Amino acid sequence: MAYTVTGQKHPDNEAERLDMLLRPFSIIGSVVIGWVNKLGSATLFLFLSLLKTFRPKQLSKIIHQLYYIGARSTTIIMLVSLFTGMVLGLQSHHALIQFGAQGAVGTLVALSLIRELGPVLTAIMITARAGSAISAEIGIQRISEQIDALHTMRIDPLRYLISPKITAAIISFPILTTLFNLIGIGGGYISGVLLLGLNKGTYFHSIQANVQMKDISDGLIKSLVFAIIVATVCCYQGYYAHLRKDSRGAKAVGLATTSAVVISCVLILVSDYIVTSLLI
Amino acid sequence: MNTPLIEFKDVTKRFGTKTILDRVNLQIYEGEVTTIIGLSGAGKSLILKHIIGLLKPDEGSILFRGKPLAEMKKSEIATSFAQMSYMFQDNALFDSMTVYENIALPLQETTNLKKVEIDRRVMARIEQTELSDAVNKFPAELSGGMQKRLALARALITDPRIVLFDEPTSGQDPVRKNAILSMIAHYQRKFDFTAIIVSHEIPDVYFISNRILALYDGKIVFQGTPEELEKFDHPFQDEVINSLEGLQKELTGLYSKRQFKIMNHAHLKRRTIGGNYSVAVFTLEGLNSIVTNLGYDAAHAAIQSMGLYIDKHFGAIGGFSTRRNSNEVVTVMPYSDIADAENILQDFTKDFQGQGIRDIWAGARQQLTSANCVDFTVLAGIAQGQPIAEIDSVIESAKSNQKEIGRLRCAAEE
Repeated sequence: MAYTVTGQKHPDNEAERLDMLLRPFSIIGSVVIGWVNKLGSATLFLFLSLLKTFRPKQLSKIIHQLYYIGARSTTIIMLVSLFTGMVLGLQSHHALIQFGAQGAVGTLVALSLIRELGPVLTAIMITARAGSAISAEIGIQRISEQIDALHTMRIDPLRYLISPKITAAIISFPILTTLFNLIGIGGGYISGVLLLGLNKGTYFHSIQANVQMKDISDGLIKSLVFAIIVATVCCYQGYYAHLRKDSRGAKAVGLATTSAVVISCVLILVSDYIVTSLLI
Repeated sequence: MNTPLIEFKDVTKRFGTKTILDRVNLQIYEGEVTTIIGLSGAGKSLILKHIIGLLKPDEGSILFRGKPLAEMKKSEIATSFAQMSYMFQDNALFDSMTVYENIALPLQETTNLKKVEIDRRVMARIEQTELSDAVNKFPAELSGGMQKRLALARALITDPRIVLFDEPTSGQDPVRKNAILSMIAHYQRKFDFTAIIVSHEIPDVYFISNRILALYDGKIVFQGTPEELEKFDHPFQDEVINSLEGLQKELTGLYSKRQFKIMNHAHLKRRTIGGNYSVAVFTLEGLNSIVTNLGYDAAHAAIQSMGLYIDKHFGAIGGFSTRRNSNEVVTVMPYSDIADAENILQDFTKDFQGQGIRDIWAGARQQLTSANCVDFTVLAGIAQGQPIAEIDSVIESAKSNQKEIGRLRCAAEE
């Protein structure tokens, strides 16, 4: 005969209900702990790599990486900065002429580039060009046991592979940002002065009068912060590609590269806001 | 016995809930070739990775020259590990570097040697491992065998005292497998290092190993000489050794040394006292000359071709063969007395002089990388055995009766 027991708590059901209630918190908790762990691990990764910069035999590797991350990014940086400056010149002229303030085009172009667009767009372009390649290269070296091979030869992979890349990024980001700013101001000159007929003296005088040394140094501080973020994220993602839980092998390298680019870009924008709010 | 060079005491390693190494105890002695055998996924490579320091045990301790690694200072550990070198299963070559750069890297990064000295050492290793034609090639441009040699050259460039080989013959054809094992044995003798090999190549590895360690179900179930392993009564024998040896027969056409003995015993049991059988021993003389002039690959192709030709001929009359030493093949004719065997050998000699010796040369020539030519001779001898006689003494007797049955002179000119 079937019957139902009423008025009595079933311990299993009780535990299940509690588990269901707590599950969202547990998921959020584990995600947060995971992120904190990764942040800690990436910070250690960065500091250990930076410490190894000053070891012997590093200079030639840093120069090689400077060529790869810095010199070979020059063309793309020049192209992007030229058109960014031209668009800025065009837009600011279009907006300012309505108030008869077209003389401030130079100031607007220069300050936009030096304080904001130069560091941010340079960092994003280097992430796309060199950051993704760094992540993929290190990821492949990881899954093909080349990094393990370095360990067995008593060659520290952080010193040999990572440290030169981070150091080279720290050196090349501010230089490329400066190049971006200069070419961008030239682009503003082309659209504002050569195409829209602004006075050449007004354009440059407004820049000279309104751009302060602090604007330039703030922009360069941002570029340094972005360099550290991009280089660390891209190297870290590749270096630990084998520990990904979502995939294995070549797919893990592909996903590590995608993560490197996406995380770098997001962190560039987030840190841009934080650094701006601290410097302003 | 001496203090072991490396000793595992109750080493346990888990991945998640899975225990791969379960209280493993083993000893590895200096100057020996020790081979760790076991099925795929048994954890053989994990043992090597623990030895080289890529992994740390969850429980238990690893001792280096009697001293636990956990009790050593950082500098002591570094000194111990600096004596080791590791040859990865998939070679782990630096794919964006040339052959030269791959070999030179450990010297460039871990020593203060001048460029001239590094050049000298690297070029010497390149020559020793027959990679002179590939100095500026990238690993992807090399054959599987050349990649193995490159990995070996890189592993040996720092003159290590201990070299760990993780399945050095994986993915290679039978000829290359033998060539790689011979190469390891050759360099081990030449450079006098301690070799620790992880391999499936049973029984081929027996020929180059002083000691065998058998890993089964997460534990080392056997430690001893290859001869002792033959008498080892454990499920490991059926599940691992017999299955791998079966594969060996399929791949090479010749029985393993152990299976050969088992077959011989089985035949002896079937016969009554007084029943006779014959043994033939074939020797390829000049194998060293083939090695010197044409390389290991050619030498192994030659001995392989000889084995296959013999097996084809004697297999048809119920005979079975095995490779005994690097240049010897032994064949048992279980139903033939000495008179029959002599007639069979005469027929074989005619065939062999017509075709067999050319097959040997053809096998070697497929692997030919130089224009050098070589002379070699094939000897054969027979002896009659009786059920009460030990097969080894019959083999020795057949060997003492050997006569020349074929010779090839400077074959490259043909």
